[in-house]
Amino acid sequence: MYLKSQANSIKNMLKIENLKASVDDKSILKGLNLQVNAGEVHAIMGPNGAGKSTLANIIAGKEEYEVNQGTIELNGEDISELAPEERAHIGVFLSFQYPVEIPGVSVTNFIKTAINENRKAKGLEEMPAKNMLKMIREKSELLEIDRKFLSRSLNEGFSGGEKKRNEIFQMAMLEPKLAILDETDSGLDIDALRIVANGVNKLKSKDNAVIVITHYQRLLDYIVPDFVHVLHDGKIVKTGDASLALELEAKGYDWIKEEVIS
Amino acid sequence: MSKYTEDDLREELKTKEYEYGFYTDIESETFAKGLNEDVVRAISKKKNEPEWMTDWRIEAFRVWSKMKEPEWANVSYKKPEFQEIAYYSAPKQKPKLNSIDEVDPDLLATFEKLGISLEEQKRLANVAVDIVIDSVSVATTFKKTLGEKGIIFMPMSEAIQEHPELIKKYLGTVIPTSDNFYAALNSAVFSDGSFCYIPKGVRCPMELSTYFRINEGGTGQFERTLVVADEGSFVSYLEGCTAPSRDENQLHAAVVELIALDDAEIKYSTVQNWYPGNSEGKGGVYNFVTKRGLCETNAKISWTQVETGSAITWKYPSCILKGNNSVGEFYSIAVTNNYQQADTGTKMIHLGKNTKSTIISKGISAGKSQNSYRGLVQINSRAENARNFSQCDSLLMGNKCGAHTFPYIEVKNKTAQVEHEATTSKIGEEQLFYCNQRGIDTEKAIALIVNGFSKEVLNKLPMEFAVEAQKLLEISLEGSVG
Repeated sequence: MYLKSQANSIKNMLKIENLKASVDDKSILKGLNLQVNAGEVHAIMGPNGAGKSTLANIIAGKEEYEVNQGTIELNGEDISELAPEERAHIGVFLSFQYPVEIPGVSVTNFIKTAINENRKAKGLEEMPAKNMLKMIREKSELLEIDRKFLSRSLNEGFSGGEKKRNEIFQMAMLEPKLAILDETDSGLDIDALRIVANGVNKLKSKDNAVIVITHYQRLLDYIVPDFVHVLHDGKIVKTGDASLALELEAKGYDWIKEEVIS
Repeated sequence: MSKYTEDDLREELKTKEYEYGFYTDIESETFAKGLNEDVVRAISKKKNEPEWMTDWRIEAFRVWSKMKEPEWANVSYKKPEFQEIAYYSAPKQKPKLNSIDEVDPDLLATFEKLGISLEEQKRLANVAVDIVIDSVSVATTFKKTLGEKGIIFMPMSEAIQEHPELIKKYLGTVIPTSDNFYAALNSAVFSDGSFCYIPKGVRCPMELSTYFRINEGGTGQFERTLVVADEGSFVSYLEGCTAPSRDENQLHAAVVELIALDDAEIKYSTVQNWYPGNSEGKGGVYNFVTKRGLCETNAKISWTQVETGSAITWKYPSCILKGNNSVGEFYSIAVTNNYQQADTGTKMIHLGKNTKSTIISKGISAGKSQNSYRGLVQINSRAENARNFSQCDSLLMGNKCGAHTFPYIEVKNKTAQVEHEATTSKIGEEQLFYCNQRGIDTEKAIALIVNGFSKEVLNKLPMEFAVEAQKLLEISLEGSVG
């Protein structure tokens, strides 16, 4: 596993080195290292408060988090100074744990705006309406999304499952290089989980990568990771393959904590 | 971070000149400043008005002289010096114009800057424009097409000459000269405006549109509009305005009266973009407007307004639901930024049985502005089964602005059903980050969120106006997030 990773290391898609970050002067990430290559799926697991969501938000560029030390590179480019929208334009996508409501803005209008803003940033013309509609139809079918759903106000009155499905729908539309799924499994019943996971699997290719942040093994039954990392107290303390997730499921996190201390 | 910050945005907005802040150098004839009976007579004489009209103005002036400026609105400003205002200004005109070719080329250039050149308007079709520049109408189009249907759409000054019977019958019947301080002032000195009459059973085949502009520095603008929809007729009327940038405050006190006779319907839409003053709150238009409509049996009046301009706005488009089964609607978006102050809303007066009214008000405040909704729903004792639904939503940007709601409800009939809903929300960092993460920059995100917030009202505007209104919302709020 490590050998494979190192062989490709010249062409790391995401490379985080010694990342230290804080929010409101509280230190959260304490020297985190992570390398993700194109075509890989990484799972990040860990107990509450380990810094999982912080990591997701920092990669996406949320302003309230301060990077104190270390680097974040995407395809060899340091992105830590880029605004969130600029990171989005070069292919970073975050599926939010708690997607926000935007009343009066339909799912369709929102994604249309997002796609055209991304195209504008790349110097492209707006996507013709015909192509847009075709793409919306294809991707909504992939995620078994009802057409009526597309004209509803973004996330307003959505069930937990609908919100998460909508996140993955947006991911399907935007075709990111690096997708970070922050607890996408929370609030999903088993059917919705299967639909969302199938969607992610179909979108996977050798050119993109996925980071799955989760508490539980459940989602990993469907989206099988190449690597599983355990995040504890702001650092990745253990890395393994898919079997590590099963072990964590069976034994909990305490043994890892003990292992770290000793 | 190299990020384009909110402060950068704010700076950019401050230096951004008012989009339509140019000034056209058209020779104009302006009266000396000040107001007295002689000035009122002179205005009337200048316009070659019949004696009854002069008398009407004089009476209004006498009423106004005894009135005091209203102070109940939630706005504060230095009161205009009414003796420092010139009450008449007209572009010096060549004798009667028969075609556009004869219009002052500078004037045509102004229209082009505004994107409303007559040539273009003609091609665009379906919009007849009665352009009012500095108080006197200089061009009227589509008159002929409308004439074939018996529709009258002309400057008020011409209507007084050509249709005195209609003017005498309806002018001041919905808003009497003594109604309020600004209405009385307008009645005494109104310079021009539009008159529209739709005959019985006629459906006006196009949107009727008027563009207003204040052009001469220091000149008050007193527009007078009267729309009469005879029995069973329908008309959709658009009013839009832009004003050039001026340092001194400009007073604007318009009066709009709508009369919908039995089974008639009037849809009146406004996009208001008067100069709001600069980022320090200097300059800007004072907009004190009286708008009211009267509904007879089964009639319907619908007011839709998008208010983005003016330093001070004082405006309550209202409906008197006199006839049984009549319907009144008020859809409003009011945006305030920097130091703008708006006190706006509506009055729905239910007199007839089964009358119905709907109020949807969306207030958006940014910068250091104050935005107030003030609305009255009055159900009178004979108004059996009257119904009202009111919804007032406020959206705040930053923490230096204010949103206020003053709903007044007076019910004198037990069968009434009155509902009032109100919400206040704030554009949050989380919403912006969510949009940013999808590749939408902050400015575009605000536009998106604001358009979503305003959607119910934008949807009520005629298509071509809705597009303009959306653009205006974006321009008005650029860089205003806090």
